[in-house]
Amino acid sequence: MNEFTEIVGLSIGISLAATFIAAAISLPVGAALAVFAFRGRHGIVVLINAFFGLPPVVVGLVLYLALSHSGPLGFLQWLFTPAAMIVAQTILATPIITALVHRASERAWARYGDELTSDGATRLQAVPHILMIIRADLVTAVLAGFGRTVSEVGAVILVGGNIRGLTRTMTTTIALQTSQGDLSLALALGAVLVGISISISATVFALAGRARTAGSDEV
Amino acid sequence: MIKFRNVLALVATVAAINASSAADQSIVLASTTSVEASGLLANILPQFTARTGIRVNVVAQGTGKALDTARRGDADLLLVHDPEAEQQFMDEGHGSKRRQIAWNDFIIVGPSADPAHVKGGRDSVAALKAIASAQAPFVSRGDKSGTNAAELRLWKLAGQTPDALKDKWYRDIGGGMGQALNAASAMDAYTLSDRGTWLSFNNKGSLIVAIEGDPHLLNRYDVIELNPEKHAGAKLAAAKLFADWLVSSDGQQAIGAYQVNGQKLFNPSARSPK
Repeated sequence: MNEFTEIVGLSIGISLAATFIAAAISLPVGAALAVFAFRGRHGIVVLINAFFGLPPVVVGLVLYLALSHSGPLGFLQWLFTPAAMIVAQTILATPIITALVHRASERAWARYGDELTSDGATRLQAVPHILMIIRADLVTAVLAGFGRTVSEVGAVILVGGNIRGLTRTMTTTIALQTSQGDLSLALALGAVLVGISISISATVFALAGRARTAGSDEV
Repeated sequence: MIKFRNVLALVATVAAINASSAADQSIVLASTTSVEASGLLANILPQFTARTGIRVNVVAQGTGKALDTARRGDADLLLVHDPEAEQQFMDEGHGSKRRQIAWNDFIIVGPSADPAHVKGGRDSVAALKAIASAQAPFVSRGDKSGTNAAELRLWKLAGQTPDALKDKWYRDIGGGMGQALNAASAMDAYTLSDRGTWLSFNNKGSLIVAIEGDPHLLNRYDVIELNPEKHAGAKLAAAKLFADWLVSSDGQQAIGAYQVNGQKLFNPSARSPK
């Protein structure tokens, strides 16, 4: 495998892993926030929406200090490894996916909530049904999370260290090429990154579309 | 909906990535941006890895940040170029052994129009005085790197204390060498650069070398091993192998053989430190 495909592979691999973990957290949490009413729920929703704009460089810095050898999570020895980059991107993607899932779930719950709990089903049992109803919105939510992770540079360069052959992603390579004055190379790499984002988005939408026409759309 | 088994598999994968990188013989080298941006490390590391099987993971930072990374225990070895900051690091007891591996020189580069009329001179201090009195744009790294420290020492010798907030011509960009050169090229400004980064830089625009050959512009690179009493967790044995290789005749030869466009970037100096 040459260096270029390695860099592209690492970028996509890390972003997919982070998006997957973020989705695993965000889907149930986002739907639950719509289904369960409890004190402080509004505050949590406001906070999650605020974290939409979490500055990557701040996430990177806090995580850097936490994962540092002299930090509380230093024993993991994750600093300057892909694992640290996955954690950073997961932190960035989770609020975005959660907020979007919550918004869609709220609408679905307002419309189908009574129906879903009418036959004695608990609210907890309603959560997977809600997610099923809003599955088209989930595609957008998860893609938004993926977009955040794959395009980000501030956090991964801090916790990954841009180590050649280990933690060098497309975005950190673009930053490096620019600093070496290789602007045309940096721009070409940028075009590849945008192309990959478009293809992934197109693929997911195509798959989602097929799933919708193949399966029953009834609730 | 949520396939818990997949999550577990993923966590296992992450753990495996981590375990494999820890199990391999690899060390983290915190280094200056110049030795990476100039291509030196990419050129000589494969030779060391082929011989020893030890992978060297380079985290390229400015010297100030690299020293901090090592202080925190996040690096196994240092390759830096700021004699004063290095001495402080040694005095604090973080380092055990500091050896010079190579030198080259700093240069002052500037726009070919040369508004401060300093082109072709050798005296860097006089050049800075001329730049300041002409209020010609000057880009400062402003990032506590070795080059930034060298620049501030030169201003001190010139009896000047330019202030980025007051002096519009003095532009503190807080970035790496490449960023500073990009900025200088875009703003037709002067800046202090290490020769290695300059020679391998590809966006020079109208920039030319204005001042070179001043003894004040000497740029020394040192390898620093860490003190086992303060950094027991570091991979000091593997780090020592690399440090020893850098000063060995093989390592010195590899450093001296590295060229960009037919020009030697680093002069090996382990035998006779400058």
